[in-house]
Amino acid sequence: MVPLWMFLTVAAALFVIGAYGVLARRNAVAVLMSVELMLNAVNINLVAFWRFSDPVASVSGQAFAAFIFVVAAAEAAVGLAIIISVYRSRYSVVVDDVDMLKW
Amino acid sequence: MTFGDFTPEAFAFGFFTILTLGGAFGVVGSRNLVRSAVWLMVSLFGIAGFFVLLSAPFLAAVQVLVYIGAIGILITFAIMLTRSMTNLKERFNKQWWLAALAALTAFLLLMVTVIVPTWGEMGAEEIPPTVASTAQLGEAFFSGWGYVLPLEVASLLLTAAMIGAIVIAREDD
Repeated sequence: MVPLWMFLTVAAALFVIGAYGVLARRNAVAVLMSVELMLNAVNINLVAFWRFSDPVASVSGQAFAAFIFVVAAAEAAVGLAIIISVYRSRYSVVVDDVDMLKW
Repeated sequence: MTFGDFTPEAFAFGFFTILTLGGAFGVVGSRNLVRSAVWLMVSLFGIAGFFVLLSAPFLAAVQVLVYIGAIGILITFAIMLTRSMTNLKERFNKQWWLAALAALTAFLLLMVTVIVPTWGEMGAEEIPPTVASTAQLGEAFFSGWGYVLPLEVASLLLTAAMIGAIVIAREDD
């Protein structure tokens, strides 16, 4: 069996790559894709901790991961709808152009 | 386990690691957003492989169906609808080096918490082979002692998200 710390290392790397994408990409769709990467890193962590915890008969880790699936799907749908709506009013999906709340 | 003994499982782990992290780098680094979306699907497929390795086959199937199938197509549609392909010159904003610094620092901090043996000794774990089945997961979701209330809240959230997405993205006339 591959040990726990390897899974955690891969998940940490994936989370950090996603975080860099969220912070640095200019296109809003790319930012949303990076958010998906971060959510998936958290999912790997949840399932890995579930698998390596002692009472493996319970399914709490898998249930948590399934709920994260649901929330991620909702987030993607609403986020992309907002991006399309912003594109209709400002003709841009670059996050630097959407700065109405900044002064 | 050391790096010396090379089981098929370790080989699969390495393969899925390459898929996941390589795909993630492709998502963040691609100029072309459609390529980014395809790399995202590659990365999500690698994560489905991790779920299989962690003996969660139901989650792997859901990952392929919901993430690669539904969200991948949704993102592709959003790229086409917003004409994101027209401005391919600058991928990153002006503070990209600051973001890279922050990400690197976060990775090092996370690695400290991974390496320090808070969750038992590194490498010496003996995993019980008995694993919860998909039937058990279904029972947990739909029985009173399990997650029936969170499941209902999640379905309500999905309904609200669907209606909200329609309302937000609809063209007002």
